[in-house]
Amino acid sequence: MTRASLFAQDKRTRARNATEKRFRAYGLTAIVLALLALLWLLISIFGNGLPAFKQTFLTFPVTLEESVLDKSGTRDPAVMAKATTITYGKVLTKALEAEATAKGIDLSALKKKGLANLISEESPATLRNMVLADPSLIGQTIRFTALAGGRVDGYYKGRVTLETAALDKNTSPEQLAVADKLKEAGVLTISLNSGFVTMPDASDKRPEAAGLGIAIIGSLYMMAVVLVLALPIGVAASVYLEEFAPKNRFTDLIEVNIANLAAVPSIVYGILGLAIFINMVGLPTSAPIVGGLVLTLMTLPRIIIPTRAALKAVPPSIRDAALGIGASRLQTVTHHVLPLAMPGILTGTIIGLAQALGETAPLLLIGMVAFVRDFPGAPPSGLFDPAAALPVQIYNWTTRGDPGFVERASGAIIVLLIFLIAMNAVAIYLRRKFERRW
Amino acid sequence: MSIGLLSLIILVLTLVGYVVGKSRAIASVAGDIRKLHSLPPFYGRITALLTAVPAFLLIIGWLLAEPLVLENRALALIDPAEIPQGQSADLVMSDVRRVAAGLDLLETRGEAIAPLIAAPDQLKQAMNAAGIVLQTEPTPSTLAATAALRSAKATSRLAMVVAAIALTLGGLAWGLSRIKPEFRARNATEGFAMWLLIGCSLIAVLTTVGIVASLLVESLHFFRLYPITEFLFSTQWAPKFGGGGTLGIVPLLWGTLYVSAIALLVAVPIGLLSAIYLAEYASRATRSWVKPAIEVLAGIPTIVYGLFALITVGPLLRDYFAQPLGLGNSSSSVLTAGLVMGIMVIPFVSSLSDDIINAVPQSLRDGSLGLGATPSETIRQVVLPAALPGIVGAVLLAASRAIGETMIVVMGAGAAARLSLNPFDAMTTVTVKIVSQLTGDTEFASPETLVAFALGLTLFVLTLCLNILALMIVRKYREQYE
Amino acid sequence: MKDQRLESRVDTQTIKIQARGAQVYYGTNHAIKDVDVDILDKTVTAFIGPSGCGKSTFLRCLNRMNDTIASCRVEGKITLDDEDIYDPRVDPVQLRARIGMVFQKPNPFPKSIYDNVAYGPKIHGLTRNKAELDAIVESCLRKAALWNEVKDRLAAPGTGLSGGQQQRLCIARAIATSPEVLLMDEPCSALDPIATAQVEELIDELRSQFSVVIVTHSMQQAARVSQRTAFFHLGNLVEYGETGQIFTNPIDPRTESYISGRIG
Repeated sequence: MTRASLFAQDKRTRARNATEKRFRAYGLTAIVLALLALLWLLISIFGNGLPAFKQTFLTFPVTLEESVLDKSGTRDPAVMAKATTITYGKVLTKALEAEATAKGIDLSALKKKGLANLISEESPATLRNMVLADPSLIGQTIRFTALAGGRVDGYYKGRVTLETAALDKNTSPEQLAVADKLKEAGVLTISLNSGFVTMPDASDKRPEAAGLGIAIIGSLYMMAVVLVLALPIGVAASVYLEEFAPKNRFTDLIEVNIANLAAVPSIVYGILGLAIFINMVGLPTSAPIVGGLVLTLMTLPRIIIPTRAALKAVPPSIRDAALGIGASRLQTVTHHVLPLAMPGILTGTIIGLAQALGETAPLLLIGMVAFVRDFPGAPPSGLFDPAAALPVQIYNWTTRGDPGFVERASGAIIVLLIFLIAMNAVAIYLRRKFERRW
Repeated sequence: MSIGLLSLIILVLTLVGYVVGKSRAIASVAGDIRKLHSLPPFYGRITALLTAVPAFLLIIGWLLAEPLVLENRALALIDPAEIPQGQSADLVMSDVRRVAAGLDLLETRGEAIAPLIAAPDQLKQAMNAAGIVLQTEPTPSTLAATAALRSAKATSRLAMVVAAIALTLGGLAWGLSRIKPEFRARNATEGFAMWLLIGCSLIAVLTTVGIVASLLVESLHFFRLYPITEFLFSTQWAPKFGGGGTLGIVPLLWGTLYVSAIALLVAVPIGLLSAIYLAEYASRATRSWVKPAIEVLAGIPTIVYGLFALITVGPLLRDYFAQPLGLGNSSSSVLTAGLVMGIMVIPFVSSLSDDIINAVPQSLRDGSLGLGATPSETIRQVVLPAALPGIVGAVLLAASRAIGETMIVVMGAGAAARLSLNPFDAMTTVTVKIVSQLTGDTEFASPETLVAFALGLTLFVLTLCLNILALMIVRKYREQYE
Repeated sequence: MKDQRLESRVDTQTIKIQARGAQVYYGTNHAIKDVDVDILDKTVTAFIGPSGCGKSTFLRCLNRMNDTIASCRVEGKITLDDEDIYDPRVDPVQLRARIGMVFQKPNPFPKSIYDNVAYGPKIHGLTRNKAELDAIVESCLRKAALWNEVKDRLAAPGTGLSGGQQQRLCIARAIATSPEVLLMDEPCSALDPIATAQVEELIDELRSQFSVVIVTHSMQQAARVSQRTAFFHLGNLVEYGETGQIFTNPIDPRTESYISGRIG
């Protein structure tokens, strides 16, 4: 039998090689698609969210006249509280008008309320709280930094344009023109928005004042609860199952159980929390303690699984060595196996916590969507106060009408992602640093 | 006495138990610890454990059982005539609970509550001022039940504190009395610790029991108010405020399955092909950064995907596909949610498939390559068939993930229950309706709220079956090559 | 078993594979050093030597199976019918269709017996219809002395056969593409003595059609089945010649000490 030369590819081989190339290209395309999806997601979130970290402010002198703000002249906060935010709003508007006139800006084109609208509705309340906290300010002229209104803020972030402003009853092109002049005069500035991570949530009409303060504290409280409960319980359960449990039907049941619990949809844990912790035990809704408990139950299997893997990775020779010199089984585990497995356990725990931090659905059901303006107290009693949580706050903002909240929600996601990246970085660091090959 | 203070007392006594137990053990052998059966700290530890653990278990059990017992007693005081027609006593009980909580709050604020109880209208005002909203003025029998509840609760708390401290001291005394040189403190401590470990691993079982019980009990409750056949087979989902709506699960299930199917259509080819490329073709260097990058997709919280669907993908699909094609005007649609969910599920398919493909023995690849097969022929005709069961398991797990996913569909799929084939239509899913029926001001006794538990039960059963099936397949597959 | 050493005689002198100055590197490790060897047609050639001497590595170079290992690099010239198999124009897929391979551990695909054998002809497009394929499968199973054992259960999975049957199935699978050379990497090391004897007998029969190269750990096996033997030591080809001469009258002292059991 004569064969063709090896140097010449026959037709079939060429076709097969073409198929081979195509197949490789499919694989490569799939990877590129997956990575592009990731990139698209990140660009979309960062593009929408980064402006939330900048904010438009108006800084101008405000004279706090006694005749307006404290007619009684007693400086008694209880009496002064009679001056409402409306009064303070007028004070601010007047002060801004005076400042604008002083800088030679023509305000005649503005409609009624056009100037008042430049300032956020939140700022009068801020000023009022400032004065009530320190009545000695009355009679002085202070430089006050007010939040600019949501539309003006949106104008400098590209969300509002002169065309859309013409159709919007909350702003007007004339108003934006005045804002531009104020900016030239240095009254209006755009700077870092620290209030975004420290202030509480604000009402529907005031996206410019909405902050994540309570949500961050609420999330931290919940993570503390999860860490305090899930880590010891998870490690104890793993140690029992991996080191002590006899192989029988009962432990089999526990194992299957844990594997399944890890895959139960998170919303089911929310139903559990609602039915058991709130309706049966009577814990308060919106409280970090309930959120923490629900997330603990959800995180437990996700801690147990990597913890058991870490325990399993410790070679039996270590156990034999300890048992061989007369240590009890529990001593063997606590003195030798657990310390060696610790990096793996911590890595698993941190990753479990990171998942819990981003979990939204179960928290919706236990009432963490409530609108909360007051910061919760210090733990432990603060765990029972109403609070928000980062992911739920994001969801909450997306359901609101004002487009300013889209920016806030995306910005909040950036904050959430920063937390997650930090946690995962710690986990990766631990794994790299302590990883041991037996 | 607050629980915090009580816990603190117990903890202090525990510490005392440890220190005294340890020193007593040393004293019992006049400092020559070689004569002790165990090391001195073990004597301290067993005393501490005996002091703290029974007391804390008592407190936890008491707090869990207390509401059940007390509320049943208070319920008996409510005049049956005051229970509105067609509603259960639960509603009245929730008023009682709310009034009691309000009174507690007012009391801690230092307000005089006795005059308020005498004047229900003032009570309502005071409560509203304190942030507890009462729909109506409390009726006399509600107030009576409230008073009974509060006094019983006060008594019960006092009894609990007394019992807990007694138990603590008893445990302490017993623990100390057992300390003798020949007492096997280490074995006792370890026996105790073992029970704690077992207790911890039982929490997983208790969680499952809790899930199943809460879903079943409330679902049964629901099926007493609403016929089960109607729930399972009605193609209408039209809840009405105040009851009387149609609550058929069919359109919700349809939406769920439609979204999940689209998600799998996106995720399975991309995930599987990526896994194949990474496992069979990619160089070590490529693999070492591409694999984690794809897995980042799994670490991103679902709320992020939800927002992505809401602000980016939804409007894009609407403006560039649905409207030009005349297929709809809604930015939330089955396709939006499915596409985004597909992106989320990619890593679930790819990581698991990658593991499974890597588990196929190299000898099979060598055998095929040695016969002159190209790598792609080897993959398609040898590796994939060998890995198929495992891959099916991975896809089933991904499906269960997609079915149970909530935030993406809440924000991307819409809220209208609809049986339609058009992927650009907004539809809704089981999880969306669980959220919408259980958030907001809903009365806990109406079928409109309780249906959420029946939906939850359906979801739980559905995902559980998929998970068990998938785990079985994957486990069997692993055994084949181990 | 009959002693083949007495009747072993090289049948042809046609050179099928020729290696000149072959070097193989794994990363920085120089695994094969300057090997010259001529492998004759219709002959069984045995590669023997202690573990790690490079005999399997060299075998895998002959059909470029080493291509699948990224860090492996081959230098020097290896030809099949005077064509350099490492020439960039050569497609390893086509090459491997002509130089088949049987591995140490039986590795039937998780498919039916029939599909295992039909796999090669299918991917190389050697048949036009089912009848031709059936004929190839039957003839190969017959050549592999497996037909009578499996003819009633061709649809059963190949993984269900015994170890010896699996290895003969792998041989049937390898010869189904009608290769010119058959490379065998310790084909009997995972088999029991009875299965080994069957496979050895088979190898001797295959010699009438193919050139067979077999790597073996067992000197007895090399003596039983091969006509020519190459002795490898530490990556060097120490001695190559007729099997009878290598075993009875080795030239190199290293060969002699290996044969007599002092290296290994």
